[in-house]
Amino acid sequence: MKKFIAALLTLSMLFAGCAALAEGIMTHADYVAAELDSEVVVETYVQAKQSWWDNKATFYCQSEDGAYFLYEMACSEEEFAKLVPGTKIRVTGYKAEWAGEVEIVDATYEILEGSFIAEAADVTALLGTDELIAHQNEFVTFKGMTVVGIEYKNGEPGDDIYVTLSKNDQEYSFCVERYLTDPETEVYKAVGELKAGDVIDVEGYLYWYEGVNTHITSVKAAA
Amino acid sequence: MKSKHMALALLLVLMLALLSGCHGSRGLSPFEIPNELDLSRTHEITFWAKNDTNITQVEIYEKAIADFEKLYPNIRVNMRLYTDYGRIYNDVITNIATGTTPNVCITYPDHIATYMTGVNSVVALDELLIDERYGLGGSALMFDSPTREEIVPQFLGECMLEGRYYALPYMRSTEALYINKTFVEKLGYTLPEKMTWDFIWEVSDAAALKDEEGVYALNGQKVMIPFIYKSTDNMMIQMLRQKDAGYSTAEGEVLIFNDDTKDLLYTIADHVKKGAFSTFKISSYPANFLNAGQCVFAIDSTAGATWMGPDAPLIDISDDKLVDFEIEIMPIPQFDPENPSMISQGPSVCLFNKEDPQEVLASWLFMQYLLTNDVQIAYSSTEGYVPVTSKAQQSEAYQEYLARRGEDNQLYYDVKIDASKLLMEHVDDTFVTPVYNGSASLRNAAGQMIEEVTKSVRRKKTVDDAYIEKLYADMVSLYRLDSTGQGAASTVDSGSLGELPAMSAALLSGIALAWVLIIAYVLREAWKKKKAAVR
Repeated sequence: MKKFIAALLTLSMLFAGCAALAEGIMTHADYVAAELDSEVVVETYVQAKQSWWDNKATFYCQSEDGAYFLYEMACSEEEFAKLVPGTKIRVTGYKAEWAGEVEIVDATYEILEGSFIAEAADVTALLGTDELIAHQNEFVTFKGMTVVGIEYKNGEPGDDIYVTLSKNDQEYSFCVERYLTDPETEVYKAVGELKAGDVIDVEGYLYWYEGVNTHITSVKAAA
Repeated sequence: MKSKHMALALLLVLMLALLSGCHGSRGLSPFEIPNELDLSRTHEITFWAKNDTNITQVEIYEKAIADFEKLYPNIRVNMRLYTDYGRIYNDVITNIATGTTPNVCITYPDHIATYMTGVNSVVALDELLIDERYGLGGSALMFDSPTREEIVPQFLGECMLEGRYYALPYMRSTEALYINKTFVEKLGYTLPEKMTWDFIWEVSDAAALKDEEGVYALNGQKVMIPFIYKSTDNMMIQMLRQKDAGYSTAEGEVLIFNDDTKDLLYTIADHVKKGAFSTFKISSYPANFLNAGQCVFAIDSTAGATWMGPDAPLIDISDDKLVDFEIEIMPIPQFDPENPSMISQGPSVCLFNKEDPQEVLASWLFMQYLLTNDVQIAYSSTEGYVPVTSKAQQSEAYQEYLARRGEDNQLYYDVKIDASKLLMEHVDDTFVTPVYNGSASLRNAAGQMIEEVTKSVRRKKTVDDAYIEKLYADMVSLYRLDSTGQGAASTVDSGSLGELPAMSAALLSGIALAWVLIIAYVLREAWKKKKAAVR
């Protein structure tokens, strides 16, 4: 009986795998290996919503095997409201790179059954290494970072905040993205109050702009 | 009984009132200039400003506001900052609907054409410009305002829509070609005196050569975009203008979907296929590629000059990526170099109407203050902008600024000052596209066609006649170009639905008359009954 169930399970998994293959759904490794400008199909989970604008929306997504940044995906405002963190979606679009950020553009999607919220992966030890980019777009944490300075994009609160943090005498750029976390959010206010020399733990999405440029979602005094 | 009749009569009067107003909202009344600015009241106004992600520009706005408020202590200016014209446009459109527009707003004439669909939402400036007391150079002003004649005529002319002025120019720029001269010469070419498209494409194709490992011969890197364009809207518009090809008529008839456009798209597709061309939207900021030695030709606004070159005051890439090279700045490439043609662009300011004419007058004074020499010279010096008044351009302070070209790599950065000079030397070669309700959509479509073709080639799709035909149809549909230009003229100073047609007016009058007769009948019957009751 056990053998029969095991065989049944194997078969059903094979069928599921075949179905995915038939639909051309990629693993994250497939996605990483895909050429720029090629069509990609992935199944992933919404982690955070950056913005909705003119029937286009930008999302941070992550699956168990890796993360994706969906830039200006076709999406109505009503649908945007439905795509809450955890929602599983199948995305079809094109792999692109903009200023070092690998993303999916010109995408469409369909909502699937399932839910997943990623835990922040501690990538502090990877700062300054070539391995860090393998975690691009993931929800991550950096621990024990020292504040070098903050700078409002427009010189005053309202727009992005550029944050420079250091670790082991090396400086790194971070950003409070006002469309992800607007000036009314706790993190925007908390970052605005940081002082040079503060030692903090940071969480955010490992975005890239001419190098690593994490979009911060929370800060707290280092444990 | 009496109260019932009264209620009935009141209801009828109310219905009549509703009927009289059923032709949509008439919006605000046209602005009329008050005789005197009421200095006994506090006027709080809002100014929506745009900066080029440049803190110095923000500081100049703040100083202008502080200086203005010192002159007019009863006028308080609240500034809201944007770094994107598109966002301002969308926010204004939203706020027109709710009657919460700013008082003064940095904008483009294309956008104003759409704002004007709100009834009297934007103030026509013709009377204000020449008002003896509060107009340009007016006697009641507390600051040294330029006269109307001192605004560069081409720039002021760009603010005219449907025969009236709806904006003042604030800053002007054009596009420039920023060149890695070192690379051009390394490829065995010499820069021509006047740049042509043929030269650009030939050198760009040569620069796209790479080995089997994907390493480019020119820079030894795995990244090289020989020619990158920031604003593909401008690219298409200027190419068409230089070819004297169709874009649109002044009335809003769309002419862009023609064979010249198709030929240009084929040319672009051909060079994308060779790896010679990309765009800002697809790849990133031209300055970043140029400064990293990953680009030969970058076309961007003269207002982006402070980001261009290895010694630029503003750099957005890390030191380890920055390479040293000789930079050259030239006018954009031409099809007919003896008759150059380039776009005039840059922010203008418009004035929104309000219920309180005093508030509008106070706002007008601030708007005018932005054209004073102090503001004009300070702001234009932040980038390769040009002041919009001859008063500022010819001032000793501005001439000294230009003369100090290259003294440092900050205020006197040579590329930036060269960019400003480039426009001043070519003011007569500049043009703007026709402005009407919908012209902003056509502009977007012009650029989007280049973006689509570029993306399609990169995605190994076939770009042929069938593709172009579908692209044209998609653009018409996406940007609703089959309906642009309609109604723009009729919306100015009239209802949002235009004047009532004669038949509709007659019908409404008939209905109103019928109601009057019904009321008269009801009142007469009531009076008769009352009289009978008394008997």
